[in-house]
Amino acid sequence: MSARSLLAFLAVCAVIGLLGFGLLSKGSAKIEVGDRVPDRALPVLGGGGEGEIADYRGDWVLVNLWASWCPPCRDEAPTLERWWRAHRDEGVAVLGINVQDNSQDALAFVDEFHTTYPQLRSVGDERSEAFGSTGVPENFLVDPKGRLALILRGAVDERILNESVDPIVEGS
Amino acid sequence: MARLACLILAAVAAFPTAASAKVNISDVEDEVMCPICGTLLELSDSPQARREKAFIAEMIAAGKSKAEIEDALVDEYGPAVLAQPAGSGFELSAYLVPAIALLVAAVALAVGVARWRRHGDGDGDGTPAAGDAPGDEDSARLDADIARYDL
Repeated sequence: MSARSLLAFLAVCAVIGLLGFGLLSKGSAKIEVGDRVPDRALPVLGGGGEGEIADYRGDWVLVNLWASWCPPCRDEAPTLERWWRAHRDEGVAVLGINVQDNSQDALAFVDEFHTTYPQLRSVGDERSEAFGSTGVPENFLVDPKGRLALILRGAVDERILNESVDPIVEGS
Repeated sequence: MARLACLILAAVAAFPTAASAKVNISDVEDEVMCPICGTLLELSDSPQARREKAFIAEMIAAGKSKAEIEDALVDEYGPAVLAQPAGSGFELSAYLVPAIALLVAAVALAVGVARWRRHGDGDGDGTPAAGDAPGDEDSARLDADIARYDL
């Protein structure tokens, strides 16, 4: 191989490598049931320190990724609040993580729907990518050891909670 | 003299500076992204984009400068909200790669032109290079053509 061919080959490899790195570094994670839940400390929505999923270790946690501008999130918020109130004394928590939103709108949403379960805030898309999220809302049931027990893409309603989540939580 | 100084000060104070100039929403919309859509905000009409536009409009109404609005957007939506890539990390390649490509193309063009001129000029005195002289067969064909057209 001549020096010129080698140089051209290296240049093509460099371009392909650069494109590949760019694609991989922006790609979403893939998570599955049984995986350890992606977790990191996030600011509490509205201020007041930080929180993370690990704070609820020992309890079942339904992690809800949501945004105020998303109509299905508006539909499911009252359902989640009712479900949490019904189960919170049974070692079950609902943890909202606000994503892809601005904090002012997110707080207005919490006020509007009178949600009282804990809320964290992720700036931008970082948590959505960590959860391999394809949109909002999405819900992830985390077992007491911090592993994913159920992944629910899309909004939940009473039926989904009763038929899919309750049997897992109550059967433990 | 004091009156003149007062007049100058008043005129300077009344002159709108860049910082105090009213920001137009379109000035910001074409420099920030709708992060969910992956397009410029000015081209987006998704629910998230509409809330982002409302957020910008509120900041403008509050008298914030363009830089302050962009900083606030980064605080709320993350660095991906800026249309222009950051000048650090992997995103630096967005600036470096075109610059390097331009440099490589310029060098290749210069080398190519120099080589072409060297070959084109023959020995450099304007006469054709020895390799460019027609062969016997070509000369004979040329003579035949000239004879045929009676030139």
